Amino acid sequence: MNRRTLAVVSAGLSQPSSTRLLADQLAAATRDELARRGTEVEIRTVDLREHAHDIVNHLLTGFPSATLREAIEAVTGADGLIAVTPIFSASYNGLFKSFFDVVDDQALVDRPVLIGATGGTARHSLALEHAVRPLFGYLRAVVVPTAVYAAPEDWSGGAADDALRRRILRAGAELAEQVDRRPPSAGPADPFALTADFADLLGRTRPAAS
Amino acid sequence: MQFGVFTVGDVTVDPTNGREPTEHERIKAMVTIALKAEEVGLDVFATGEHHNPPFVPSSPTTMLGFIAARTSRLLLSTSTTLITTNDPVKIAEDYAMLQHLADGRVDLMMGRGNTGPVYPWFGQDIRNGIPLAIENYDLLRRLWREDVVDWSGRFRTPLQSFTSTPRPLDGVPPFVWHGSIRSPEIAEQAAYYGDGFFANHIFWPKEHTQRMVGLYRQRFAHYGHGSPEQAIVGLGGQVFMRRNSQDAVREFRPYFDNAPVYGHGPSLEEFTSQTPLTVGSPQQVIDRTLGFREYVGDYQRQLFLLDHAGLPLKTVLEQLDLLGEEVVPVLRKEFESLRPAHVPAAPTHASLLAAASADAGSPVTGDLAGAGSEAAR
Repeated sequence: MNRRTLAVVSAGLSQPSSTRLLADQLAAATRDELARRGTEVEIRTVDLREHAHDIVNHLLTGFPSATLREAIEAVTGADGLIAVTPIFSASYNGLFKSFFDVVDDQALVDRPVLIGATGGTARHSLALEHAVRPLFGYLRAVVVPTAVYAAPEDWSGGAADDALRRRILRAGAELAEQVDRRPPSAGPADPFALTADFADLLGRTRPAAS
Repeated sequence: MQFGVFTVGDVTVDPTNGREPTEHERIKAMVTIALKAEEVGLDVFATGEHHNPPFVPSSPTTMLGFIAARTSRLLLSTSTTLITTNDPVKIAEDYAMLQHLADGRVDLMMGRGNTGPVYPWFGQDIRNGIPLAIENYDLLRRLWREDVVDWSGRFRTPLQSFTSTPRPLDGVPPFVWHGSIRSPEIAEQAAYYGDGFFANHIFWPKEHTQRMVGLYRQRFAHYGHGSPEQAIVGLGGQVFMRRNSQDAVREFRPYFDNAPVYGHGPSLEEFTSQTPLTVGSPQQVIDRTLGFREYVGDYQRQLFLLDHAGLPLKTVLEQLDLLGEEVVPVLRKEFESLRPAHVPAAPTHASLLAAASADAGSPVTGDLAGAGSEAAR
C-alpha cells in the first residue's frame, strides 16, 4: 500500500474551533478518497494557536524554537497540505499569515494545497479567492480548484449539511487526486547543503571571455 | 587557545535609566574595553565595521591603530571586515599598514554585511553579496602575496602593474578568518584557502554552528590542508556574570528584554536554552563554554560579546575582570588539556613567519593554515 503524509494547518483561535472542525472534515474527506485509491495517509495537524508566541519569536529572532521547527517541518515535508483560517478584516488572520511568513518561500513549490476558511457571515467567502489563494500562488503551490468556506448557516444543519458536505467531499477528492499523481515528497530542503564547490563559485565571478 | 572580546559598536539607550551615550563616549568606551582586555590577560580584541547608525565603528584601522599604540600583547582583529563593500585594494593597504604599526599583532575576519541599503552607498548591490565576497577576497589575497598584480574582474576597475603598499610585514599576510552564520558558501571559501572559519554562534541555535563548522572541517580536509580536526575554528559567545547567578539574571534582564536583536521576543530563559547566551555565575560560563567543543570539536579562538544592548561601561569592565580573573584561566587550562597534539593553535604572525621560513627558503605564496602546515596548492 502506498503511504502519503498530509499536513493540516488550522489558524482557529477559539477552543473548540469551527476552523479546526472544518480542517478535520477536509482531512477526513481527503484521507477517505486516498484510501479508496489504495493510499494510506498519515495526518499531522498543526494548531497554530499552540505556536503563537513561538511564531512571533521566530519573526524577531530569525529562528524557530524546537517545537515550532517540528511544526514547520511537518508542513514542508508533507505530500499535501490543508490550510484553514478564520477570516478577519477581509483576509486570513495574522497568525495564519505570520506562520506562512516563517516558512521558507521555496518549501511549498508544486505542493498540492487545499484552502479553507470560516467566518461569521457568508459575505466573506470570496476572501478565500482574493487573499488566501494568491498567498499560495506566490509560494507556487498547486491550489486545488475547490476552496471551502463555512459560514454559521453551513453548520446549522449539522456536519451532514448537504451543501457544505458536498463541497468538502469535492475538495478532498481534488486534493487526493493531486497528491496521488505525484511522487512522495523528498522532505524539506537542507539549508546548510553546499550546492556549488569553490571552483564554481569563483568561476561565476570571472568574465566569460577571459 | 585564544580568548578575547568582540564588539558590534552599537550606540544603545541604557533601558534602566534612559541614558544614551554619545558617539564620542561610545568610541572611547570601545578603546577602554580593548585596553582592559589586555590588562586582564585576554588575547584578542575585535571590532565590527558599520556604516550606518546606531553603530560607530566605520573606520576600524584607525581605532585598531590607536589601540595598537597603547597595548603590547593584544591581537587586534575585526568582527567583521566588509569584504563586499570595501575595495579590496584599500583593505590590502590599510591592514598591511596596521600590521607594520602593530608589529604583526593583526588578523582579520571577513564578513558580508546583511543591510541592503548599505551596499549602494559603496556602489554595490546586496544581491551580489556572495560573488562580491568571493571575487574581492581572491583579489585581496593576490595583493598581499604578489608584488605586482595584473587583474580584471566583475566588480572593480582592472589593475595593471599594481603594487599594494606597504607590503605585508615580513612578507607574511595577516591571517584571515571568514565569518558566517548560515551561508555554506563562506564555509567552503574558508576551507578552500585553508583560512580560519568563525561561527558567529550567538543569537542562533547551536545546530547552525555545528552544521557550518562540520561542513568547513570536511571541506578543509577535502582541499588538502590537513585533517578535519586540524581546521582553524573560532566561535562567538555571549555572557553576563555576577558571583550569584540570580543577581546576574536580575541585572541583565532589562537589557535582554530591550536588546536590539532579540528584545521583545523570547524570554531570557527561552533564549538562554535555545542559544549559547549564558547569564549566571562564572562557573556556569565555564561549564557552558567548555561544552561548545562537544559539538564543534577542539577549536582555536573564543570571543565573547560583552558590551551591547546599552550596558554601561562600568558594568562591562566588571565583566572583563570576572572573565580575566575567574573564567579564562580555567578555560585555558581545561581546553589545553583536552586538545590533542596534532590540533594546531590559532596562527599568529610569529607562527606564520616561522612556517614561511621553514618552507625551504621559498617565497610566501601558498596557504598557511597554521604553524608548520604545508602550502597545499
